[in-house]
Amino acid sequence: MANTTVPKAQRSFEKVNEIVRKYEAKESMLIPILQEVQEEYRYLPEEILTYIATALDISPATVYGVATFYAQFSLNPKGKYVINVCDGTACHVRGSSPILEAIRRKVGLAAGKITTDDLGFTVQTVSCLGACGLAPAVVINDKVYGQVTEEAIELIIDQLKQKEAEGDN
Amino acid sequence: MGNTLYIDGRPVEFTDEKNVLEVVRLAGIELPTFCYHSELSVYGACRMCVVEVDGMGIVGACSTPPRDGMVVRTNTPRVRNIRRMALELLLANHDRECTTCTKSGQCKLQDLSNRFGIKHVRFGGRDETLALDLSSPSIVRDPNKCILCGDCVRVCREIQGIGVLDFAHRGSKAQVTPAFGKGLEEVDCVSCGQCAAVCPTAALTIKNETDIAWAALNDPGKVVIAQIAPAVRVAIGEMFGAKPGEINLGKLVSALRLLGFDKVFDTSFTADLTIMEETNEFVERFKKSEKLPQFTSCCPAWVKYVEQFHPELLDNLSSCRSPQGMFGALVKNHLAKEMNIDPKDIFFISIMPCTAKKFEAKRPEFSSGDTPEVDLVLTTQEIGNMIKEAGIDFANLDVEALDMPFGFTSGAGVIFGSSGGVAEASLRAAAEIISGEEIDAVDFKQTRGLTGLKEAEVEISGAKLKIAVVNGLKNAKDLIAKIQSGEVHYDLIEVMACPGGCIGGAGQPTPNDTTTREQRMKGLYEADKLQQLRKSQQNPIVQKLYSQWLGEPGSDIAHENLHTTYQSRRRIKGQNITLSETGEEKLYVGVCVGTSCYLKGSYDTMQQLRELIAAEDLADKVSIEATFCFENCAGAPSVKIGDEIINASSFKPQELVALIKNKLALV
Repeated sequence: MANTTVPKAQRSFEKVNEIVRKYEAKESMLIPILQEVQEEYRYLPEEILTYIATALDISPATVYGVATFYAQFSLNPKGKYVINVCDGTACHVRGSSPILEAIRRKVGLAAGKITTDDLGFTVQTVSCLGACGLAPAVVINDKVYGQVTEEAIELIIDQLKQKEAEGDN
Repeated sequence: MGNTLYIDGRPVEFTDEKNVLEVVRLAGIELPTFCYHSELSVYGACRMCVVEVDGMGIVGACSTPPRDGMVVRTNTPRVRNIRRMALELLLANHDRECTTCTKSGQCKLQDLSNRFGIKHVRFGGRDETLALDLSSPSIVRDPNKCILCGDCVRVCREIQGIGVLDFAHRGSKAQVTPAFGKGLEEVDCVSCGQCAAVCPTAALTIKNETDIAWAALNDPGKVVIAQIAPAVRVAIGEMFGAKPGEINLGKLVSALRLLGFDKVFDTSFTADLTIMEETNEFVERFKKSEKLPQFTSCCPAWVKYVEQFHPELLDNLSSCRSPQGMFGALVKNHLAKEMNIDPKDIFFISIMPCTAKKFEAKRPEFSSGDTPEVDLVLTTQEIGNMIKEAGIDFANLDVEALDMPFGFTSGAGVIFGSSGGVAEASLRAAAEIISGEEIDAVDFKQTRGLTGLKEAEVEISGAKLKIAVVNGLKNAKDLIAKIQSGEVHYDLIEVMACPGGCIGGAGQPTPNDTTTREQRMKGLYEADKLQQLRKSQQNPIVQKLYSQWLGEPGSDIAHENLHTTYQSRRRIKGQNITLSETGEEKLYVGVCVGTSCYLKGSYDTMQQLRELIAAEDLADKVSIEATFCFENCAGAPSVKIGDEIINASSFKPQELVALIKNKLALV
């Protein structure tokens, strides 16, 4: 991911154009375009959506409609680490609720919020990961953690925080 | 032969009907619908028009094409049950404060619930109340009353070509909303109100401002003056049992006097004035072959559309104010002096078929200082409701005459309310101005009718004028694309946003459908025929106004009072986000990638600038950022160097770099 000459955010904007061009600005390609743009920004900023609407010659309201229909898209900035706690039946009965609470406490989330103010962590629940054998399961970015306990998840978060602290130096 | 449906046991012949629903209605059975409009695409969501077809089971009549021999039953216990259940579920999700609802009595949901005898709703209500959108000067959106039929979504997209509204979120959270859940005022809504005109409930309604009118009428210190738009006279009667198209101007004048208006004038008068100015402007441009095609500027929704989507055409718009706008200046700047009263003591109310006129009256261009020239705009529906509220028996009123001097109009001014009317009125004047002779044939029928795009070629003294008339902004959008690609050429183009023109405006009484519009249009052309004078330039009061006040068409005084300027507008309001990191001491260079600039290739400009700046080794001194809309769309693409906005279209990238270097030397 190292890119020394161009600042990060600037590279991102070039990326939006690259993505739009890659899909030939086709209206039918709106969803893959949004997916890739979200990959780049970790969310879908309002003005980028308007920009995409203009490039695809559709109305911003339509792009907004698609972006809000699918749970995978977020219109609010997400944290660097997105923690998905499975709350499907199996995980729920194996105690996913206390784990969710433990995570929220550990990363310091105020009530009603899903993302920390420093954009470090986003904590949310998902219905079922299809990993019931590992219940209770938690996914952090793309990594799956199985049979999680409160102690284990606190340790994992500590490690992530430490990694960040080192990365900043 | 062989095109027969059997509807409830009776054979019904059909020809080119697109769906079973149309055939059923042809047979005299009023199938209920929320989401079906013959002018719009078929959506098939409301499930009201379900019928049983032998061999097919339950189908939506709107989305089933008729086939020979089809056996259709429209009133079986099964379909009645489905309709009742659908209604009950819609009602469960609906704010049922019917008695205080603006739509009460005209609400389709209320009507069908009555028709199907829904007396009890078994399901619980919505658990949260959503906020009203009161941001627009013309339209109120109440999401708690929306039944998600999507009529507004389709009318805005398919008829107006904008798409302000669309479905967002899903399941029980689904809503019809402008982009990003913003208010209508913050997005690209042109205030035409057609969404409210098709809305079956009160989810979208026209902003009701009758209380402001009552307050002015009850204020003894105010002289309350009205102007009545041409299209109102053929529609107001519909609220009191008259047929669409019946001319009820005389009764409306008496009703207004009973309500307490001190003077009642006719907007057709300033329509005559508009023709003098606009035609003069057009003939000048035509002679010099510049700024053609000239677009009309009477329709405020169209004007806002151009400001948002086609800033490059702002010069092509006639600089004339709309007749409403001209009347504002006439009353506040001229009549006030004649009557020897302070303009502040005049309360000037427009009675319009239009919701966008509410927006227009609030434009800063139409205010002197902070007082608007037109104080209030009421729609046909609003004034009708005031007449009802006052208990006036409209149908049995005696007719009264308008006040002089501005109640005197020509037939040309009257047809302004119909699509094609402005073009025809303009031709009646242009033909005389260009040829220098008086003309007797005043009817230019090619521009009449409800068709979305009408064309006419008129030869005057050897000069050929190519004219286009469009209604519906989608038709305007398509026409502009053809003009810009060089496929077609016109000299004069009339645009009205609403289907059929102002007679189909969203402020008109309901129903406001194609049949009604046809009759109103016919009524206006009848009114034109009844006028002794058919041409604007014959209007003696207009002539007197020029000799006593304005001088001649296009004079300085005329420009000051009767013309206006336009502004480019951004489509979606919001916070600018910075798309690159700004260095502490770098010179800021912003390249706009908003709609207009993007389409004019601003992205390439930005790339070239970046490469050139890097090649010049200035990358550490200059920060090039992509930003959104400097509201300088006419000069697209726009580049901002430091604090200065530059129309980059007139500079080569190298020249821009030179400007940047210049700036750097100063920094």
